[in-house]
Amino acid sequence: MQYLIRFTQLHETFRLAEIQALATLANVELKVVFYDAESPICIVELPSDDAARAVVERSILAHGIYEHWATAETLDELHVVIKRDTAHLWPLYHEPSFKLSVDSFRGSRSQKQKIALINTFSYLPFKGPILLSSPDFEFTLFEEWALEPVPEKKTVPFKVHFGRLVGRSSRDLINTFDLKKRDYISTTSMDSELALVTANIALAGPNKLIFDPFVGTGSFPIACAQFGALVWGSDIDGRSMRGGGGKKSLRGNFQQYGLEKLLGGIFVSDLTNTPVRKARILDGILCDPPYGVREGLKVLGCRDPEKKSYTVEKGKEMYKDPAFIPPKKPYSFTAMLDDILNFATDMLVDDGRLSFWMPTANDEDQEIAVPTHPCLEIVVVCTQVFNKWSRRLITYRRLPDSAVDMDALAQRKERGDGAQGRSADELNPFRRHYFRGFKSEQDSSDTVGIAQPGT
Amino acid sequence: MKVLSLNFLQCAVKTCKTSSDSYPLHPKDAELVQDEIELNEDFLVNIMSRVDWTALCTTATELGFPALPSTPPTTETLRADGKTLKDLHSLLLETQMVEGKLVCGSCGHEYAVREGIANFLLPSHLV
Repeated sequence: MQYLIRFTQLHETFRLAEIQALATLANVELKVVFYDAESPICIVELPSDDAARAVVERSILAHGIYEHWATAETLDELHVVIKRDTAHLWPLYHEPSFKLSVDSFRGSRSQKQKIALINTFSYLPFKGPILLSSPDFEFTLFEEWALEPVPEKKTVPFKVHFGRLVGRSSRDLINTFDLKKRDYISTTSMDSELALVTANIALAGPNKLIFDPFVGTGSFPIACAQFGALVWGSDIDGRSMRGGGGKKSLRGNFQQYGLEKLLGGIFVSDLTNTPVRKARILDGILCDPPYGVREGLKVLGCRDPEKKSYTVEKGKEMYKDPAFIPPKKPYSFTAMLDDILNFATDMLVDDGRLSFWMPTANDEDQEIAVPTHPCLEIVVVCTQVFNKWSRRLITYRRLPDSAVDMDALAQRKERGDGAQGRSADELNPFRRHYFRGFKSEQDSSDTVGIAQPGT
Repeated sequence: MKVLSLNFLQCAVKTCKTSSDSYPLHPKDAELVQDEIELNEDFLVNIMSRVDWTALCTTATELGFPALPSTPPTTETLRADGKTLKDLHSLLLETQMVEGKLVCGSCGHEYAVREGIANFLLPSHLV
């Protein structure tokens, strides 16, 4: 059966990824019949109303799902199609209460115009009472208008659709978890919309165990706990989790949303020296690793053990003191991505998901490639575009061992880690570009070549 | 942190990972807190396959809980026996360690737990 999904026109590359993940979670077969990145309307095939509701009810990027009655280029044509194709459904709606509404995308209609549009549907034999709030059935006329710089030029929409509302989404969760209302946030907290979308794409859900190794203030675990998962988090910086204590802490955030019972535990650790035992026990790993910009990506260790032998010796003496702060050294972002993939391979159950965010510079020369691993299949890559840079959400599925290319795996083990460079700038190409305003290497070069006269 | 977490943690020092004594970590001077959480049977049945039962028995005894049976309960037993379910739920999910230390049985390193958060950072000579 055909259904119409009314999406938001934001985060376009995430929309199908999210809805397909939700179909997987609901164990429902979904087929995309029509999708256009420029349009908020998507037509899909699903087995039933219940399936449709199950798919959309957790969606953040959809507004709702409708039984698809008709699509046409003009309102007159729409009525022709409705009369031709849906008359057999009309008896279902003779008696119950109902309402019609108008949804104009990139256009606007006054109340008078909306009522006039609704009245063109008077041929529908709906005799029940019209209830504007909580009717038994709601029908919507969707209008798509062209994106025109001069609004006066637009006289009619270029496409119209009609559908019966089947289910609404969870888009209002964005407000519930809005960072502006959260007790404890930091500069690195992920916004609620994308944290929830990430949780959906990573298949968070009841009875699942999910871990964030760069937890910060807890945005991802909060989103996963909202969807019923039991969550853990760790971070190399204990202060970001402890905060000021009480309400102003990661645990305080969980208490604010009534999700504390789903917080398994949080601990301070470095992913490259992890205390997590290597076993296939996690359903999901979600994170937004440091890009190496403001913090300059660090791991445990002394940058220059020969030069700074004092630091090492002092460490041996003092490390049992509760106030001891272990030294840290800069680390390569690309090496950290490799570590994350290795960790996910060791920890995820079959079909478990790894979802993480990483930057890409807009300039093609400076693109950081999507990392790969023979045990992880890339499910989807979604991109969020800012002005001068963009970041991607990459989701992988842990393949069962039987499906892994063993030769590729052996080659990867031989390759080992190739982190080169010592300073934060050398190790993190993105950091260099970020602080140079993303100009190319040539623009920022100071040297001028001087031609040597021939001898 | 919930007691279930202890089943997933071992000594962070890389050289310890080859020794079986580095897992599980041993709670020392542990302060525990009991929460009241609604029992979810499906969840408990689901995680049985991910829990290391031998380590769990060690942890339960060290924390002063009644000894667990030496073999893990099967799914059928779990679903049939309300008491085992309740005991596991209480131990794994309702009990939290808020203060104390977690000690490695191999190298003796002690990781501090403060306000429920454990600290696994290592000095440079141990990484």
